[in-house]
Amino acid sequence: MSTVTLAAISAARRGHALGRTLLIAAAWLAFALLLLLPLYIVLSEALKQGLGTFFTALIEPDALSALKLTLIAVAISVPLNVVFGLAAAWCVSKYEFRGKSLLVTLIDLPFSVSPVIAGLIYVLLFGAQGFFGPWLQDRDIQIIFAVPGIVLATVFVTVPFVARELIPLMQEQGSQEEEAARLLGASGWQMFWHVTLPNIKWGLIYGVVLCTARAMGEFGAVSVVSGHIRGVTNTLPLHVEILYNEYNHVAAFSVASLLLALALCILLLKQWSESRLTRLKSNAAEE
Amino acid sequence: MSIRRFALAALAGLSLSAAVQAQTSLLNVSYDPTRELYQEYNAAFNKHWQAQGHEPVTIQQSHGGSGKQARAVIDGLKADVVTLALAGDIDELNKLGKLIPEDWQKRLPQASTPYTSTIVFLVRKGNPKQIKDWDDLVKPGVEVITPNPKTSGGARWNFLAAWAYAQQKYGSDDKAQAFVEQLYKNVPVLDTGARGSTITFVNNHIGDVLLAWENEAFLALKEQGGDQFEIVAPSLSILAEPPVAVVDKNVDKKGTRELANAYLNYLYSEEGQRIAAKNFYRPRSEKVAAEFAKQFPALKLVTIDKDFGGWKSAQPKFFNDGGVFDQIYQAK
Repeated sequence: MSTVTLAAISAARRGHALGRTLLIAAAWLAFALLLLLPLYIVLSEALKQGLGTFFTALIEPDALSALKLTLIAVAISVPLNVVFGLAAAWCVSKYEFRGKSLLVTLIDLPFSVSPVIAGLIYVLLFGAQGFFGPWLQDRDIQIIFAVPGIVLATVFVTVPFVARELIPLMQEQGSQEEEAARLLGASGWQMFWHVTLPNIKWGLIYGVVLCTARAMGEFGAVSVVSGHIRGVTNTLPLHVEILYNEYNHVAAFSVASLLLALALCILLLKQWSESRLTRLKSNAAEE
Repeated sequence: MSIRRFALAALAGLSLSAAVQAQTSLLNVSYDPTRELYQEYNAAFNKHWQAQGHEPVTIQQSHGGSGKQARAVIDGLKADVVTLALAGDIDELNKLGKLIPEDWQKRLPQASTPYTSTIVFLVRKGNPKQIKDWDDLVKPGVEVITPNPKTSGGARWNFLAAWAYAQQKYGSDDKAQAFVEQLYKNVPVLDTGARGSTITFVNNHIGDVLLAWENEAFLALKEQGGDQFEIVAPSLSILAEPPVAVVDKNVDKKGTRELANAYLNYLYSEEGQRIAAKNFYRPRSEKVAAEFAKQFPALKLVTIDKDFGGWKSAQPKFFNDGGVFDQIYQAK
């Protein structure tokens, strides 16, 4: 090998190393600017007047009621989505039927529809002037501008999360194990509990974590159906907006940092379930 | 049993407490800048109500752009009373929702308007762009902040005040239209409500002048300290009349008519008027107005009824689909 080509190679390598460093630096810079800086600002604004005001803002009745409503929305929408996600993934991966690809596409619909439209759909369906409006009014049932509407909107925007995680996982795993269980005499439930569920456990948890994060943070769809009644139909994100609009910055950022803390917990859960999921996948690949 | 109660009860185990409201509650659906006013008024009313031998009540508030709020009530938000930015929005409750009778405005004194306001300019300290009157708003390079007249009541008063000025000064509807078209070319963002616009101007430092409710401008001065902004009173403005009404269909269903009537009537009492004035609304009571005379500059004001033939003719002409606002804003 001539010295000329050697020099060229090492120059190329140096260029390569430089490019790598630059790229990593750029990634960190973007990360710091887009994520760390806002985090820092939220926390510093929240603590501007000391811990006392910070906690007062959090235990104020309207904030507590917003927290409660957010938790209610999460507690209803996440289990519903687990059931729906499991059912949809099961259908898609275990059966062949007409319109299957249409179903898979429709599951993603909430990802592509703007949340505001999602909210308006419910106003058009359940509002006093809407499709079911008169019927509901006669029976004194309040859906939008009340808790059920908020839950419905949350369910709508979070529908794809669990199904989206489970479908590829279950398709990859195929149905041999279930077929074996059936041949050995397992009932439907036994097969599900002892074969399917252990196989998809980590994918399911990962889906649930993503779903929870979105359910807690949803703003647009919930804002449309909320009616913004303080202490009654405000979720945490809506409460943050109200406080900010009332020149109450410290309280707004205190409540925002509460949301942030919840999000960080979820992030840790996500990381954990994700690592279990990749380990599971690599194990499966080795076998 | 409503679904909402049922859902709450089902969740008793999960949630911290399934509190079902034991007290009588009253929902006041209001527009954007009245948050501070009603916070204070609700406490005072509750005291007055209990002094008359009633149980205490929970008064719930909802705030947002006036048009948006009216829409929500029509769509089924169960307001006992509405306290909106203009009569036109409350008219919609009659037209679209059949929630109130057509003559709702005759039921309370002063055309159901317990306090008034007007439109002024809020500029940055020292008035760097020398904004003194409406003509300065159409100059090139001046950024004007005002909300969207489609959703905000304040924005409609802003629009009409500008129109009235141009019409009186230049003498014709065509010239007034050209003037407001020029003005809206200087508007970089249209928020949905008055408070959104104030935050855009005050906190996000966008724009040279905010067209604001007088009460909203005073509040911004109070909250942010007087060292950052100044109020400029134009040579002509509009008497902004934000009326109030009991929503008949809802109070009859909930059995809260007596409470809702008392709630609105007390706005006209001396204490109610004083709270309005303290929150920078112009009181109707002459006695209270005299007490606060120093606070409010005397302005030449046009009115919606005399100069525009009332909201019933102004709303379709200017703000409905295809009206003047659509024409000038699409032309942009």
